[in-house]
Amino acid sequence: MRKLRIMVVCGFGLGSSMVLKLTLDGVLKEAGLAAETFCGDEATSRGEKCDAILTSGPLAHLFQNGSQPVIVIDNFLSKDEVRQKALEPLQRLASE
Amino acid sequence: MRVEVPDWQGAVRAAGDLLVEAGLCEPRYVEAMIRAVEQMGPYMVLAPGIALAHARPEDGVLKIGMSIVTLATPVNFGSEANDPVQLVIAFGGVDKTTHIGMLQDLAKFLVVEGNQVLLKTASDAKHVLAAIRAAQEVQ
Repeated sequence: MRKLRIMVVCGFGLGSSMVLKLTLDGVLKEAGLAAETFCGDEATSRGEKCDAILTSGPLAHLFQNGSQPVIVIDNFLSKDEVRQKALEPLQRLASE
Repeated sequence: MRVEVPDWQGAVRAAGDLLVEAGLCEPRYVEAMIRAVEQMGPYMVLAPGIALAHARPEDGVLKIGMSIVTLATPVNFGSEANDPVQLVIAFGGVDKTTHIGMLQDLAKFLVVEGNQVLLKTASDAKHVLAAIRAAQEVQ
């Protein structure tokens, strides 16, 4: 298993993305998956090196042409949604 | 509590004006929050019915702070997943890190389903403050 670098993106990289990062950190911890998670903003996030991106629907278009998987989360407070949408792809990436 | 606003801009302004009145930010910060939604879309609507409005520290934040407004009539922000919004939380951070604890506490409070219901239905700010204090004591 390798340690993933996961970027969480919102407009400024300090509000919404911070909330989603906290939710994601909780899910990863429960699953025992080690990862470095960090926030990015609309301007600086493109080109940032990471294994996967979590963001909201309105911002997903920013990463259309990127090589990393983009996981869209609707409810940033829902551990259930993050677990359902993100955990399996992230586990797969970590074991590659 | 139960503020009547015509649209999402009014909702952000209502929450932002509370920050201005409390001396936590300059009036231009409120306009910056509205501009952020106009420019980047309604990503700030981060959960069903809940918007977290904010802009950058350099847009006029004076002191770290947060305000909560509930709407008498929910408004649409244009968020496919999470409209209509009934709860608007505005915050201002002074840098990229000192507000993390505040958001952490907020997230912990909001993930409790009962607290979301309480916030959306409360008619008196006193009840909300009591619930927030009680939650802090549990931690």
